[in-house]
Amino acid sequence: MKRLWIRQIAGVLRLELKRTAFSKRGWWIYCLAIGPVIVALLHWLIESHSHSVRHSLGEDSVVFAGMFLFFLRGSIFFGCMGIFTSLFRGEMLEKTLHYYFMTPLRRELLAAGKYLAGLVVALALFLPSVAATFLLLGRHFGAAWTDYLVHGPGLGQLGSYLLVATLACIGYGAVFLVCGLVYKNPMIPAAVVWVWEALNPFLPALLKKISILFYLKSLCPVEVPATPPFSVMVIEADPTSPWIAVPGLLAVAAILLIYAGISARQAEINYGE
Amino acid sequence: MSPENTIAFENVSRFYGEVLGVNRVNLTVPPGVTSLVGPNGAGKTTLMNLMTGLLHPTEGQIRVLGISPQDTERLCRLVGYCTQFDAFPKGLTGYKFLYAFLRMHGMSHEECDQRTKRSLELVGLSEAANRLVGAYSKGMRQRVKLAQAIAHDPQVVILDEPLNGLDPMARAEAIALFRQWGEQGRHVIVSSHILHEVDQISDQVILLSQGYVVAEGAIQGVRSEVKDQPMQILVRCDRPAVLAARLFDQDHIVEARIQGDGRNLLLSTRDADSFYLLLNRVILDSGLQVESVAPADDDVNSVYQYLIGAEGSTV
Repeated sequence: MKRLWIRQIAGVLRLELKRTAFSKRGWWIYCLAIGPVIVALLHWLIESHSHSVRHSLGEDSVVFAGMFLFFLRGSIFFGCMGIFTSLFRGEMLEKTLHYYFMTPLRRELLAAGKYLAGLVVALALFLPSVAATFLLLGRHFGAAWTDYLVHGPGLGQLGSYLLVATLACIGYGAVFLVCGLVYKNPMIPAAVVWVWEALNPFLPALLKKISILFYLKSLCPVEVPATPPFSVMVIEADPTSPWIAVPGLLAVAAILLIYAGISARQAEINYGE
Repeated sequence: MSPENTIAFENVSRFYGEVLGVNRVNLTVPPGVTSLVGPNGAGKTTLMNLMTGLLHPTEGQIRVLGISPQDTERLCRLVGYCTQFDAFPKGLTGYKFLYAFLRMHGMSHEECDQRTKRSLELVGLSEAANRLVGAYSKGMRQRVKLAQAIAHDPQVVILDEPLNGLDPMARAEAIALFRQWGEQGRHVIVSSHILHEVDQISDQVILLSQGYVVAEGAIQGVRSEVKDQPMQILVRCDRPAVLAARLFDQDHIVEARIQGDGRNLLLSTRDADSFYLLLNRVILDSGLQVESVAPADDDVNSVYQYLIGAEGSTV
């Protein structure tokens, strides 16, 4: 017989997946996920009908690395914001959170169950998007691309990108879960986090490290060189080793989740009536 | 009565910022049906949210059958709450709505299935069980909320305006159900604006006004405590004029009126005990044939008017 807490988390997960996944309200998140795939698809179609070779396979891998950083800062950041802030705040707006609060469920488990549901949805949207974009971007190179994938560094790079995307969902998910629990309008702290993350390249080395993006960039397999005129403002910092970056990000997410559990325990139902 | 069998508020206050929700509430609610009565903003829902742990008191202590509302894991096994919020998780049928939240109690699939079906049957929603709650009428939504509140067989049932949206037949059924739960020794806490229904349901009432408890207890007891309002008594007898003539000699009689078919005498007295003594004397002296003697204003409506008055106009 399964333990009670496992059943309870499974119950929350089931309900939340029903609520979060494929909701009409989340149409813009699906657009964020599918956007890069469409760009890569167009790139493939254009390049495969073009007879002149304009760039090399290596250049395309740098292009993808650049696209991936935009994907992290844009699609995954805003997608996670949409998914995770609505887990609690959305239910407050819909006036349905009290149903959970009136069950004999530890609020910490509720936060964990909701977070897991958000994570499942985020990963289901963004990992296939990253994989499809990566695979489509060099498709027009034909056999060379297949060789790059199978015998070269291609699959390893794809694995790294998927790991980074997963960690991004874990990290940003935890940040936005807390935002949705603690703030009545989570858009304000979300905007602050976004500005901080966007300023990351220009911050001093010490401040850079108080950021999720810094560690994610450290884990990316291909470095993107800064382009002028921004290159003069960029402050370089030594990338963090994966042995610190990965556990570090997971630890930050765990701390935020513990804080979310404590906040959930202290939360009240006040729908503003 | 032991604390394990009551709902107790000790000097409980709750403020929303600077706005008062309830103030210095001291209450002990025994088993049976207890109605919370008061105008909008009196603090009825705040009191209910406090005893279910959905709100925390700013000051004071609450115990529900000896359990703190902060101990939600234990409390929610004993308490069912039908709120006034007409909102439901999206995409769920009536059956799935009840079943999904029952699963959080850790019950097996079979038990959840059984309880869900039984609860839906109790509120007359068996046939609509597989329809989306979003497609239910207001009355059906009210009933499915009731079913959800009682599906885990709680010892304390808290119902915020449970009769709203129900048709007369469903109201009568719901009232019978509340009474039945009360008679079974459960705590049934009901808030309602409809005072004649409160009269039918309640073993005791708690009158609230502007965040304060104005009165509590069995309604007759509350009425007898309202000393500044003369008590109205209706006497049905063969010669009300004879009785009325004797009454006018008495200082405690404020008013006496012959009503209806000429056999009813409605009187107001500041001293009901003296009136009953006098009535005995009149019967002995004049051979008055009395069919019935009954207080005419010891119902919730009258007590509400006396204690809260026009400030909280209600049905």
